[in-house]
Amino acid sequence: MSKPKVGFYWCASCGGCEEAVVDLAEGILDVVAAVDIVFWPVALDFKRSDVEALVDGELAVCFINGAIRSSEQCEMVELLRRKAKAVIAFGSCAQLGGIPGLANESSRAAVMDEAYKHAPSVDKGNTVEPIPHITVPEGKLELPVLWETVKTLDQVIDVDYYLPGCPPPVELIGNALKAILSGQLPPKGTVLAPDIALCEHCDRRETKPDKLSVKQFKRPHLTAVDPKECLLAQGLLCLGPVTRDGCGSPCIKANMPCTGCLGPTSNVRDYGAKALSAIASTAGANDEKEMEKILAGIVDPVGTFYRYSLPASFLHRRYQPTARGGK
Amino acid sequence: MSAVNASPNGTPKVGVYVCHCGINIAGVIDVTKVVEFAKTLPNVTVAQEYKFMCSDPGQELIQKDLKDGKIDRVVVASCSPLMHEPTFRRAMAACGGNPFLFQMANIREHVSWVNKEKGSATEKAKALVAAAVRRVVFHKPLQKTQVPVNSDVLIVGGGISGIHAALTMADAGRKVYLVEREPTIGGHMAKFDKTFPTLDCSACILTPKMSQVRAHPNITLWTYSEVAEIEGYVGNFKARVRRKPKYVDEGLCVGCLECIEACIFKKGKFKDEFNVGLSLRKPIYVPFPQATPLVAVIDPETCAFFRTGKCKQTCAEVCERKAIDFNQKEEIKEINVGAIILATGFKTFDASRIARYGYGKYPTVYTSLEVERLVNAAGPTGGEVLLPNGQKPKAVGIVHCVGSRDEKTNRYCSRVCCMYSLKLAHLIHERTGAEVYNFYIDMRTPGKGYEEFYDRLMKENVHFIRGRVAEVSDWAMTPEEEGKLVIRAEDTLVGAVRRIPVDMVVLSVGLEPQPDADEVRRRFNISCSTEGWFLERHPKLAPVSTFTDGIFLAGACQGPKDIPDCVAQAGAAAAEALAMIDRGHVELEPNTAFVTEEFCSGCKTCVPLCPYSAISFDTSKNKAVVNGALCKGCGTCVAACPSGALQQNLFTDEEIFNEIEGVVKYV
Repeated sequence: MSKPKVGFYWCASCGGCEEAVVDLAEGILDVVAAVDIVFWPVALDFKRSDVEALVDGELAVCFINGAIRSSEQCEMVELLRRKAKAVIAFGSCAQLGGIPGLANESSRAAVMDEAYKHAPSVDKGNTVEPIPHITVPEGKLELPVLWETVKTLDQVIDVDYYLPGCPPPVELIGNALKAILSGQLPPKGTVLAPDIALCEHCDRRETKPDKLSVKQFKRPHLTAVDPKECLLAQGLLCLGPVTRDGCGSPCIKANMPCTGCLGPTSNVRDYGAKALSAIASTAGANDEKEMEKILAGIVDPVGTFYRYSLPASFLHRRYQPTARGGK
Repeated sequence: MSAVNASPNGTPKVGVYVCHCGINIAGVIDVTKVVEFAKTLPNVTVAQEYKFMCSDPGQELIQKDLKDGKIDRVVVASCSPLMHEPTFRRAMAACGGNPFLFQMANIREHVSWVNKEKGSATEKAKALVAAAVRRVVFHKPLQKTQVPVNSDVLIVGGGISGIHAALTMADAGRKVYLVEREPTIGGHMAKFDKTFPTLDCSACILTPKMSQVRAHPNITLWTYSEVAEIEGYVGNFKARVRRKPKYVDEGLCVGCLECIEACIFKKGKFKDEFNVGLSLRKPIYVPFPQATPLVAVIDPETCAFFRTGKCKQTCAEVCERKAIDFNQKEEIKEINVGAIILATGFKTFDASRIARYGYGKYPTVYTSLEVERLVNAAGPTGGEVLLPNGQKPKAVGIVHCVGSRDEKTNRYCSRVCCMYSLKLAHLIHERTGAEVYNFYIDMRTPGKGYEEFYDRLMKENVHFIRGRVAEVSDWAMTPEEEGKLVIRAEDTLVGAVRRIPVDMVVLSVGLEPQPDADEVRRRFNISCSTEGWFLERHPKLAPVSTFTDGIFLAGACQGPKDIPDCVAQAGAAAAEALAMIDRGHVELEPNTAFVTEEFCSGCKTCVPLCPYSAISFDTSKNKAVVNGALCKGCGTCVAACPSGALQQNLFTDEEIFNEIEGVVKYV
């Protein structure tokens, strides 16, 4: 009997998710023993034509990481969707839009301007920008088009499961693979991680006061952080209460507050709105003025609360009067 | 996430009933079009219109369809749910339906009364109906819960309002705890000489009621005490009352007053609070001869023993009953009650805040409360109106609206000042024969016999000058003004500025909330108006209830009012409390928050947010716990819960999002 075929693909992402797969370490050997990897551009030499050659549904499962923000990414994931029985959105970017999703705070024009004109690494006065079509002596060339709006994977194709995290924790990947190989999968649409917030298993839980009242939000690099006490109680903006458990809280163990990469639990539809609402509730102000002062300590609220999930939010992006995002 | 319009129990059957409300709705909205539209919505099995849905035949339409099994959920598109949600819920319950499988679309206040363009109004009504239909499908068959009621009652404040409420409740057989901050009950009324407009003696009508309170077998009277803490909810409050030490045993003291006589201070040396500082008292004292309970109090601030530790303790020596106990400690009493009546009263406006009236600068400028003591036979002068020099005044000016109807202090009318000013004018005139001038803005005498009293005063040759007083000064411009206080005011009836030289000025100070009203309202979890008066649930239809069930208001803590109004309100508060207690149980609405434990991470975000202290934290389980009996369904915790573990009945995310989608998808 032939082994199930598996594919890995990456879209708008940093490569960290690919690293996470490799982080399975010797566990990867079990995976290789159990499945045939037929597509993994970052590690093995396959071409798009290899995928096109597959029968529809031939891939047992395809892991796709990264947000979707270009015509090429869209084409590829649509292709992979056809070929795969199950698609797993792998990592924060595919699930919620991730860090690239913060581009939705700007317009495409502003992003291009910054990248090709103003970035410190660009020659001053550069006017060259990528264009989608060009004719050269050899023929017509085409470059992918960058979208106005960054999208999550499930805003582009149908997604069966989600593996959260930036990158997904090795343990969750291992569990997911086991579940897939044994065919014991939860209902479609499930996020393959515990459905409870991080505080549940936090080592500092006992030190959180019953009635928390934050008078000043502090930033970790400007603060001497107590290694035992609840970070929120110390005024550090820890998003553990809003964020799904399953990572083993490595950041908190390293004295850094949770930034929320595992996203919300299944009962929350808009991570940032919930995070904002929960954190603002802990601000211990007696009047509006004091409240403003306390909240002023939160630098870059969108980048803080929607760090990994702006495209998945109700608003998706900053309002644009004329341009409509997407394809 | 659940699929849109999935029903929790089989295929839902929604009946939509669109009301004309006469022409209130049908005059603007094309009701027939809304009904036709409703028929096209998923899960709708019945859609019809009727002239008045709230009428009996209207309700019967719903009941018939429910009984015939045509529908199991109801949407009524009519007025505000504040009006008729209870009506329709009752109608559903009466024929065996669950009253919470119901949603109202407000197409009157939200549509026909505010949108006059027929086309767009009809479209908006359709959108609201679509939202309600989409939402009601997710409603769960909830149940009201019943909680038994403790039949005891706590009354806070022992002025006339508290006294009247206490006697009413006690006479009805309820056990009453009456808590008063001062060493005696009686409040402001005990300080007055006469009451308007009948001029009956204040003490003569009040003190019998005070003694009744003391003697009543159903009343536990705790004076010199304050409520420190309140826990619990309607029907089941737990109060902690702090009893300050009087250093005199209430059970032993018989009020013979010999201890006061024997005090090492041969004469009074300290300002007498009861006489608003117009006389001096000793460190051991009773506030006034009819104080209830008539028990001496030692003021540790002024008592030589407490200040220096050195005193012959002559008071204790002389007391045959050994009632004096310098070791008495503060006591905390814990009581359980079903209802609470707040009757914490008012304070008078601090006249020194208006510097130009000279209070505190000129010794012959008095507040009305001081003059009440001066004219009182039991007061510091034995009822004689005497100036500090021992003379009777020949001319007296009464300045109305001091700290009332004034943008700079209080904008409201204090309601009682016109009448008590007339009363004081009468009493001063009667006792001294002085010329009395009333400086008023408007004479406000609405009340039984009040206008007649005003007429009587005019016949008694009291002068009335219509104009707000600009200034009181001792700056004489003519020989007649020498040595006098001059009241300068524009007489708006004459159209001229007048200067009236007088020997005595009475400032008719307004009423203000108690200085600690805000603290008290927080302790009891009720609201107050911007001025600080305790807020009634509805200004017309629920004037003695508060937004916290089981807590009622009586008297001037709710707003300035005179004695008849205080007594009427106290009676009303007692009746409301009795009605609640005699029902034996309270029904709790099911729109409460609840925790789904498997989703609660124990982050405690919700715990401090609850304004009703309904959320506690179970440390053994590491979960938040909502006490459904305390929860008022405000939704604060639900909004804040970072993992969606807290949801609220009738306002689940599913219900709200579907309602929004109903509007948005239609648009």
